[in-house]
Order: sequence, then structure tokens, then C-alpha cells
Amino acid sequence: MENIVSIKSLSKAFGSHRVLKNIDLDIKKGEFITIFGPNGAGKTTLMKIMSTLVEPSAGSISIDGFNVKDDPVEIRKRIGSISHETYLYSELTAEENLRFFGRMYGMDKNHLDARVDELIEQVGLEYRSNDRVGTFSRGMKQRLSIARALIHEPSILFLDEPYTGLDQHAASTFENVLRGLDAQNTTKIMISHNIDRSLKMCDRVLILNNGKIVFDKLRHDVGSIDDFKATYESFVHE
Amino acid sequence: MIRSLHIAAKDLKAEFRTKQMLNSMVIFSLLVIVIFSVSFGDLLGDSKIVSQLAPGVLWIAFTFAGMLGLSRSFASELENGCLEGLKLCPVDRSAIYNGKAISNVVIMFLVELITIPLFAVMFNYNIQGLLGLAVVIVLGTIGFISVGTLLSALTVNTRTRELLLPILLLPVIIPVIIPAVLATGKILANGDISDISGELRLLLVYDIIFFVMAQLVFEYAIGD
Repeated sequence: MENIVSIKSLSKAFGSHRVLKNIDLDIKKGEFITIFGPNGAGKTTLMKIMSTLVEPSAGSISIDGFNVKDDPVEIRKRIGSISHETYLYSELTAEENLRFFGRMYGMDKNHLDARVDELIEQVGLEYRSNDRVGTFSRGMKQRLSIARALIHEPSILFLDEPYTGLDQHAASTFENVLRGLDAQNTTKIMISHNIDRSLKMCDRVLILNNGKIVFDKLRHDVGSIDDFKATYESFVHE
Repeated sequence: MIRSLHIAAKDLKAEFRTKQMLNSMVIFSLLVIVIFSVSFGDLLGDSKIVSQLAPGVLWIAFTFAGMLGLSRSFASELENGCLEGLKLCPVDRSAIYNGKAISNVVIMFLVELITIPLFAVMFNYNIQGLLGLAVVIVLGTIGFISVGTLLSALTVNTRTRELLLPILLLPVIIPVIIPAVLATGKILANGDISDISGELRLLLVYDIIFFVMAQLVFEYAIGD
């Protein structure tokens, strides 16, 4: 399978503080990767570099054949981002939010109309589509934020701590929507602290510690959740 | 350009629903007019004196009401991380600036449209040279918003943005406020637009310089 993300010798420093140190990583199309690591390990910085929000200090990243430094706009067309922040406007309705972001991605009206209806149904918010987002619960906002991230049918989805603030039911609904993307072969890259939930979802696991990838295995080589928790502790506290 | 209009339309739709910015700007502006009309109560019968007071009163109201609005312009994008969401869209950074500037200009024009008739009523003053006054206000407002929107983006991630924005903005907008005040005074005194061609040229040059400069540096203003 072809690589959709290719990271070579990536480093990032803020002043004298080196956050990422010489990272090499290839991600195949359709893979679901989860990156674990303690606070300050560099996970969010890595994701921000991949999503073109932060420039690397050294090394290169290519996404779907485009370099983050040279073609950020082309990369943004191909990625969707879900974060603990919803990126949604509280004063606009669910539908208006999706339409606004669809227009930002240059979608034509007919395609956008169909896509908005389809996504609102997919995330189960048909009955609240004309309500202002400010009146939504955290779980509903997070479901809508999935719809927002998928509006332009991205080939890569970045998920930065998506479980933050979600209760059990909302987290399950969120996971069902993510599983629905498998048919479209969307590549998913998730950062999480929630080992129990995240490990069940992914097919490749990474541990990032102190700016370096210290563990990289396929899910079926990792063992049980308890085994992985023990492995994680050994890497993080060594 | 079309994406800038989408951003402006989104901002205006959100603003007209909550009226957070518009209400505070209009109330502030009206308060300035009322306070000055009470302070100068004895002089209000003399239209010559009022035409000398008017430029200062009007531009104080516009400038400080505008600052209230500008401090909210990008701050509203911080809620739910919306600014980051916008930055993730495949649009040129200058489209974000242009969209914000357009919505800020529209809101400023609304405040000015409400303030001027109230000024005429409170100061018992018959405004002459409305066309010339409109040209001065449009050019002055565009210059003010061009630089104000840029500085609003620059200060949005600081904790003291409400304090920092006026400190940075006031010295920079002096070149637009002075010709705007002078031109407003002249136009109210005799209503002849040909008398203010020098001031209008200054305003136009200022508008162009700041608009172009903002397009070039905005990416760095909202960078991480």
C-alpha cells in the first residue's frame, strides 16, 4: 500500500527547547494510527506540523505527495481536523456551520447541500440541524465537529484528543461515526491519552516520548490493553 | 474574494444574532454625543460654533466605538478554537483578513449611520454637504479599519488585548484621524467637496498603504 504521509528527519524547536527530535515516520493510506505519549512529548506539535499550522525547524513532511512547506493550501484541501476544540461557531446553527466550512473548501452548492444533509444524518443531528450550536451538549458539538471535519471528504483525518469531555455514550457514538469512514479508506491519525478506547480503534500504535518515537507496532502485535499499558509505562517512566 | 465575502457574511450573521459588538459600539457612540451635547448646551444655538465642534465630537465617537468593536473582532474567533479552524481551511491568509475587514467596515458604517442623525438632533444642527461628509467618513473608516483589523489580529492572543489594542492603534491611526477631522470641519463649514481634495488624497493614500501592507503581513500576525 502506498504511503500517504512521509516524514523524514523532522525536528522542531521553540527557541532552545527541542520539541521533536529527528523523527522518521511513514503512514500508509487507510491506516488508523494512534499516537500515545505523556504531556509535553511533542504529539500536538507533530500534528500541528502535519496539518500545516506550524512550520518544522528541519526535515521534511510530504502529505499525499505535497510538501508542507511548499504546498500548504493543497495539503489543507486533503486533511480534516478534529480536536478537543470543536472549531464551531456558537451563534450559527449546525447546518450553517457546515455550509460555512463547505464554502471555505470551495464546494459547489449542489454538492454542499447533499453533503450537509448526509453528514447531519450520519452524526444523528437531524432533529437539531437548525438550532444554534451554542445550545448543544459537548457530545453533540463533538459529533458536529466530525461532520465539519469531513465536509470536504478529506483523505486524512487528524484527531487531537477527541475524547476530551465526552461521556461513555457520546464516545461510543463518536467511535461509530469513525468506523463508518472505513469504507472510504480515510487515513486516521489520532493523539490520545485514553488507552482503553483508542487502542480498540486503531491498527497501528506509536508512543512518542521526549520528542522521539520510542515505540511503533501494529495493533495485533501489541497484545492486550493491560499489556500495552505496562509497555507504555515502561517507555514513559524509564 | 468570494471566500472573504463568505467570512464577512458569517461574521455579520453571527453579529446580528447576538448584537454584542453592535450594541456596545452604538451605546458608546450615543453616550459620547449625549455627553458633549450636555457639556456644550449653551453653544448649541450657534451653527458656526457647532460646525467647529462637530468634527471632534463625531470622530471621537467613531474612533473609540470602533476600538470597542475591533477588540472583539478576532476575540470572537477564539471561542471553540475557530481561528485555528479557519487557518486549517485551504484559503489564503489574506482572505481571512479581508473578510474580517469587510464585516468590521459594515458594522462601523451602521454605527456611523445611527450616530450622525442623533448628532444632528442633539446639537440642533442642520448638516450640509452630506455627500462630501459621506466620502470623508467612508475613506476615514476604511483607513481606520484596515489598520485596526490587522492590529486586532496581532493582539488577539495576548491576555491584555483590550488594553494593548488602543495603545498600538492610536498612534498609528493619527495620519488618518487628522485629515478626516480637518476634512469633516471644512465640509460642515461650507459644504464644498472641492475644498477638501488635499485631505481626501491623504486619506486615500493612507487607505491604500495600510490595506496593501496588511495583505502582506497578516499571515505573520496570525501565525503561531
